Amino acid sequence: MRAADALCEALKAEGVDHVFGIPGGASLPLYDAIYDADFAHVQVRHEQCGGHAAEGYAKASGDVGVAFATSGPGATNLITAIADAVMDSVPTVFITGQVRTDLIGTDGFQEADVTGITMPIVKHSFLVTDPKQIPHYVHAAFHIAKSGRPGPVLIDIPQDLSKEEIDYEPVDGTPRLPGYQPTTEGNIKQIRIAAKAMANARRPVIYSGGGVVNANASDELRELVRSDRFPITSTLMGLGAFPAPDEQWLGMLGMHGTRTANYAMDEADLIVAIGARFDDRITGKLSEFAPRAKFIHIDVDPAEISKNVPAHIPIVGDAGDILPKLTREYRALDTDGSRLDDWWERLHGWQEQYPLTYTDSEDSEIKPQRMVEELYRVTEGKAIVTSDVGQHQMWAAQYYHFDEPRKWLNSGGLGTMGFGLPAAIGAKVGCPDETVICLAGDGSLIMVCQEMATAAEHDLDVKVMLMNNGHFGMVRQWQELFWEERYQSVKMGHSPDWVALAQAFGWTAAMVDDKASLADAMRTTIETPGPALLDVRVTQNENCYPMIPAGAAARDMVG
Amino acid sequence: MADSKASEHKLDLEDLEVSSGLTGRKHLLSLMVENRPGVLARVALLFSRRGFNIDTLAVGPTDDPDVSRITLTVDGAVHPIDQVTKQLHKLVNVIKIRDMEPDTTVSREMALFKVNATVESRAEIMEFSQIFRAQIVDVSRRTMTIEVTGTADKIDAFERMVRPHGLIEMARTGEVAIARARPDS
Repeated sequence: MRAADALCEALKAEGVDHVFGIPGGASLPLYDAIYDADFAHVQVRHEQCGGHAAEGYAKASGDVGVAFATSGPGATNLITAIADAVMDSVPTVFITGQVRTDLIGTDGFQEADVTGITMPIVKHSFLVTDPKQIPHYVHAAFHIAKSGRPGPVLIDIPQDLSKEEIDYEPVDGTPRLPGYQPTTEGNIKQIRIAAKAMANARRPVIYSGGGVVNANASDELRELVRSDRFPITSTLMGLGAFPAPDEQWLGMLGMHGTRTANYAMDEADLIVAIGARFDDRITGKLSEFAPRAKFIHIDVDPAEISKNVPAHIPIVGDAGDILPKLTREYRALDTDGSRLDDWWERLHGWQEQYPLTYTDSEDSEIKPQRMVEELYRVTEGKAIVTSDVGQHQMWAAQYYHFDEPRKWLNSGGLGTMGFGLPAAIGAKVGCPDETVICLAGDGSLIMVCQEMATAAEHDLDVKVMLMNNGHFGMVRQWQELFWEERYQSVKMGHSPDWVALAQAFGWTAAMVDDKASLADAMRTTIETPGPALLDVRVTQNENCYPMIPAGAAARDMVG
Repeated sequence: MADSKASEHKLDLEDLEVSSGLTGRKHLLSLMVENRPGVLARVALLFSRRGFNIDTLAVGPTDDPDVSRITLTVDGAVHPIDQVTKQLHKLVNVIKIRDMEPDTTVSREMALFKVNATVESRAEIMEFSQIFRAQIVDVSRRTMTIEVTGTADKIDAFERMVRPHGLIEMARTGEVAIARARPDS
């Protein structure tokens, strides 16, 4: 069969049911094979969004997301999504058409060195030189994308090679990759030392990240946290792994985290980091981060350990393997939970003194925080929520109290505006029975609004709750607070009529600017079949607090 | 019994320590990598992306045609070597990394020096070339080209000797290394 057909067979063998993409000259043979393939192709309207849709699919379902693009500009349009996937460790496979072999290196039409361009932002990549290798590369790509620390893998296929006839034989077993053997099992001696350290800690904090979600280890995390009265905080990417409405939950930590979580890190004597990477948005000023703490660091990626913060007890492996062992070892020590009484007294003190709060309007104006709270109530906290990047993302993290993993899909590491709508499309494809809400920012949504056509075409039931404040709100906030209110290019001067725009794409749409009718408007939007948008006009100049100013320490939180 | 159980639990958090990460010396890393296009680019990109400096780099085949060896030297006073090797390990095409211990490693580098060689200085250059067991590989009326093989230190020393005579050009390969056999093998 043609190599392109073998590619589709291999994808099918990997369990692929949907792929996202846009065809083009160099990928014509691939699309001719997709014509007969046993999986569906969701045609998006921009390759970047095909990539984000694949990410949304992967984050929501836990399966590998796949996106196609053609050579040159098609492939370069994927770059943002690939970089996003590497930063947030999203299992994805990107398949790009490349110009004919004889044109490679000649600056041929629509030629770009995509394997070269993407080298720093992929987990691995393959440039096909022998068409017989294509099925092998597909299986290797899936294995690499989803094992160890997940990430994006690229397969670049020259147009002539995908047309060649090859003998396809189904591949069995794990592909042979001599240089790739991720550690999954944690060292039991290290686990025992970690358990002892936890038993001797007076002011411990468990700090969990997106790695726990990736490892599908949230049950195991809950067990560990509840094996004693351990306080827990999570990163933006880790939300939902531990249920937010819980006594042991301190709230998110970091730049817009709760004071309690950040102060707890500041005073902790032992921090147990699980699948988290001490990003600068977490640590603030590194030299003043958690100055009293010793660190247990559990991560599947050994290079994360001691990268930013030196670990006293490193444990490399999969959280799903390590956490149950750690819980068992800890329980066996049979420690006295009352040693944490003083610590909890201090934590409760902060919780009472510094709750997450905002001043609601006295008139009908909708405060953005109120909008998120309303969404939480209307959806009963059960929706898959995607977001863009900025203030609305932080308010969602603060006020939508996620209690399950894979419900909160956003771009944490790269901070990609416009992630929300295509990710929602991907999530809905991957999890058709779930309510999928894109909590969008108006600055972000306009970057990807063409994808409303994708949702309409495939009748994908995604709901956009547009937090419309007429600004690039987070940048405006920084200009206000740190740049002497010299507002430059942050006002969305000429915004579209969002209702008319959504309707033009065949969506149902409405606008609301009155607090009293917000909940009903949300309910109607969610209950309307098919894609729908609600343009929610919120306070324009609201700031997101509390906040650790960039480069400051947790102690210096403002607001 | 209760006491012994309690002591089993005992671990004073204050006793936990971390290493600084910086070793303060030059490290010679020997990488076995898959012999395929783009592998050197991946290694080089990783160094530039993470802000690590490569001091020397040598690439060549091994006894296995599917495997190449990249030998590179990195300053462990500037970069945490542990972090460098862990990042390298993440490259799928890198099969094996050895941080070569100086005491148990044979390392050699080759260099070519083109130097001014007048009638007066020629004899002296030849004399110390002999001391360094260097070979004269090319001669013209005013220059000599000398090949030196040895450790990086030896080549540094040779450079210091020839420089006063007028060094026209120098080319060094970067070190290659192999682990010493154990005495009993």
